[in-house]
Amino acid sequence: MVDPVNYVHVQSEPLDPHREVDQLRADNPMIGAVVSFIGLMRDMNEGDKVDRLFLEHYPGMTEKALLKIVEEASRRWDLQGCRVVHRVGEMRPTDPIVVVVVASSHRKEAFLGCEFVIDYLKTQAPFWKKELTEGGERWVDARISDDEAEEKWRSDSSDD
Amino acid sequence: MIEVRFFARFREELGADTEQLEAGRVNSVEDLLTDLRGRGGAWSRLFAEDQRVMAAVNQEVADQSTPLKDGDEVAFFPPVTGG
Repeated sequence: MVDPVNYVHVQSEPLDPHREVDQLRADNPMIGAVVSFIGLMRDMNEGDKVDRLFLEHYPGMTEKALLKIVEEASRRWDLQGCRVVHRVGEMRPTDPIVVVVVASSHRKEAFLGCEFVIDYLKTQAPFWKKELTEGGERWVDARISDDEAEEKWRSDSSDD
Repeated sequence: MIEVRFFARFREELGADTEQLEAGRVNSVEDLLTDLRGRGGAWSRLFAEDQRVMAAVNQEVADQSTPLKDGDEVAFFPPVTGG
């Protein structure tokens, strides 16, 4: 909202990663690099076969949290834009769950910004996964490694 | 009134997604957690001191010391697992 090139969206429709990249970089000749991250649904977790994934979120807060994360990335690095689109509802293996696209004039900022956004999203944005396995439904537990990935950015003093 | 919301595993295990609480009964997130913890059953188990609980006040991540006032929207949920 503050910066029109920062865009976040939550949708139940399937994601189109290429479209998100095209949307972000359209008509901006200042962009020299685009880095994207696509999170996909795997068919295995914790040693069990997973047939379906259900994503719940907190409407309203989710969008605010995502916007806060992309604005923080734009504050830390010289970015031309940042786009996060996350899917909710029911998904099948191989479906994209989230697309993060970060554009900058040079590649280093885009790489750093993209990793920062997905690391923060993992621990700060109110989404919850529930899996359907052969043994029934189960909520996915948060991973300690995700906390550590986020923590790294807090202790990182190179936030020029 | 204060609106209290529960998400994901909390919503399912409590069998409740929202409730209204009289303002003034609780002055902070910590007060509210103490109230919930004292209800017994799933409430006491989910909000036990050793459980990881995330809180939000007016859709911003909050901590135990965050104050509460009339009209606030408070939410409790397990650690997030998106992405």
